[in-house]
Amino acid sequence: MSKYEGRPDAVTALVRDTEVHKDLYIDQELFELEMEHLFANTWVYVGHASQVPNKGDYYTTTVGTEPVVMVRHSDDSVKVLYNRCPHKGTKVAGEVCGNTGKFFRCPYHAWTFKTDGSLLSVPLKKGYDNTGFESCEASRGMAPVGAVHTYRDFVFCRLNAEGVGFDEFFGPSLSTLDNMVERSPEGKLQVAGGVLRYMHHCNWKMLVDNQTDTCHPMVAHESSAGTAVRVWKEAPEGTPKPMAVELFAPFVNSYEFFEGMGIRVWDNGHGHTGVADSIHAAYSPVPGYLEQMVAAYGEERAKQILGEVRHNTVYFPNIMVKGPIQTLRRFLPIAADKTLVESWTFRLVGAPDLLLERTLMYNRLVNAPTSVVGHDDLEVYERAQEGLRARGRDWINVGRLYDPAERGQVNVATNGTNEWQMRNQFRAWTRYMTASMSPNPVRPELVEGSAS
Amino acid sequence: MTAFTDKQLVDFVYAEARLLDEQRFDDWLNLFTEDAHYWMPLAPDQQDPRLHASLLYEDKLLLRVRVERLAGARTYSQQPRSRSHHLLQQPSIERADRDAGTCTLRTAFHYLETRLDTQTLYAGWATHELVTENGALRIRLKRVDLVNCDAAFGSINLFM
Repeated sequence: MSKYEGRPDAVTALVRDTEVHKDLYIDQELFELEMEHLFANTWVYVGHASQVPNKGDYYTTTVGTEPVVMVRHSDDSVKVLYNRCPHKGTKVAGEVCGNTGKFFRCPYHAWTFKTDGSLLSVPLKKGYDNTGFESCEASRGMAPVGAVHTYRDFVFCRLNAEGVGFDEFFGPSLSTLDNMVERSPEGKLQVAGGVLRYMHHCNWKMLVDNQTDTCHPMVAHESSAGTAVRVWKEAPEGTPKPMAVELFAPFVNSYEFFEGMGIRVWDNGHGHTGVADSIHAAYSPVPGYLEQMVAAYGEERAKQILGEVRHNTVYFPNIMVKGPIQTLRRFLPIAADKTLVESWTFRLVGAPDLLLERTLMYNRLVNAPTSVVGHDDLEVYERAQEGLRARGRDWINVGRLYDPAERGQVNVATNGTNEWQMRNQFRAWTRYMTASMSPNPVRPELVEGSAS
Repeated sequence: MTAFTDKQLVDFVYAEARLLDEQRFDDWLNLFTEDAHYWMPLAPDQQDPRLHASLLYEDKLLLRVRVERLAGARTYSQQPRSRSHHLLQQPSIERADRDAGTCTLRTAFHYLETRLDTQTLYAGWATHELVTENGALRIRLKRVDLVNCDAAFGSINLFM
């Protein structure tokens, strides 16, 4: 008998008020259930509309472990399809990105599909006459995902056709995306500068947990950011502070700083660090930018937009957004112990190039496979992935500043070292893992006549 | 650059790799001019290190941070330490301006990095832009183009 499949009670028991069972990180069966349930019930980020500006432009990626293709359809809407030919299963779109013209063409047998997935043509079609083809799955073309929602050019999808609505799922957390968009004087973002891809041999949730873990920077990053500060102090007096040092230094701010910067907790596993202050708050002004913002929004509103210095916003389940430095990280699950981390960057359309340069430098210094900060983090994740196999302890503690009264409260700002946001993620994890989990597993898709 | 023969230029590239493999990082750092950069592009034929992402685009300050970090008592990602092995094809002299004392060499390489039980192979081309400073050869730009520069990598801890 399997440990967790069809046993929502057993899954629920893995998350306690202040502890989480190690199986969430190391059990492959649980990982498969996450792909089947958690990543199908939630709204998962796919890509940005600026990656597919023209009709026929596509971008291939994964949602959970499902291969998908995001494509600009002939009516200018953005579609997300499973990247799988309904005939024999071949991935139809092969490149990471490209333009497919008016239709996709499978490289195996030349079946073609409109960019909404519907079947356009099959060579030697008459060979399917009187074969019941019309009632076969294949006749319906490439399958679209359950639902797609584009919010200010950020494309999300829900694999399941039924489930929580987009607005209900994200609620006020969308304000972080709003702020990043509004930092452009034209109110527009463009994916720019390439994507850094860093392979991690650890569970994807370790990365999500880390985003609001404010008790680790001064410890884990003493080696990188601490060294940068120390080397910089040896520079001759009067040397202008390099951008790199400005970006590194706040990682080794004091505990008091991180306590004071605050954490805000929203519903459904979303939350962010950096309510009152953050490590991104004290960067040097970029010449000309404030003037552009004031011209676009008026002085009061411009200062309000730029005064929002949120640090890391977790959009549950698997992305993190930094508005003030225009980065978005995707934690792409591959296996219980393997995760691909993609770090994307955005140009604030109409703003000085120096902002993009700073964004790219930050991304390179912190998120690249060659990044010393990244090395610090990955080392502790991978040690945890191995350490969690130990039998002596079965639980991970997430109880810092726990208050039983927190349950049911949302949209609350609290001490920046509170692990409430992590607990929030695990409560959402339980909710969306079990939402579609039947206690008596049947495979409706295998029952003839049930296909829709 | 009349002071340097072709052999001396080529030997400089070999010697640089040897310093890295012997982990003589302070000596290695001294091979770079104060305004030098070490660049690992993220895209094939990448021209712009500022408005396009790179794996590395480090000035001497950042290189020094890396070298000092490797020696740090709390650099846990280097406990135990990584080791490297360079296998270089003979460098070719692409350009030389002997009056200005500058030249560019291109070197195909295989590079191994190991840590614990994992050994990873990288392959690519290194481009050295050398200048003469006080009668000695120095690196103003070292560019490392990996053949799979846009692939997903695990941690790359040392220098290619």
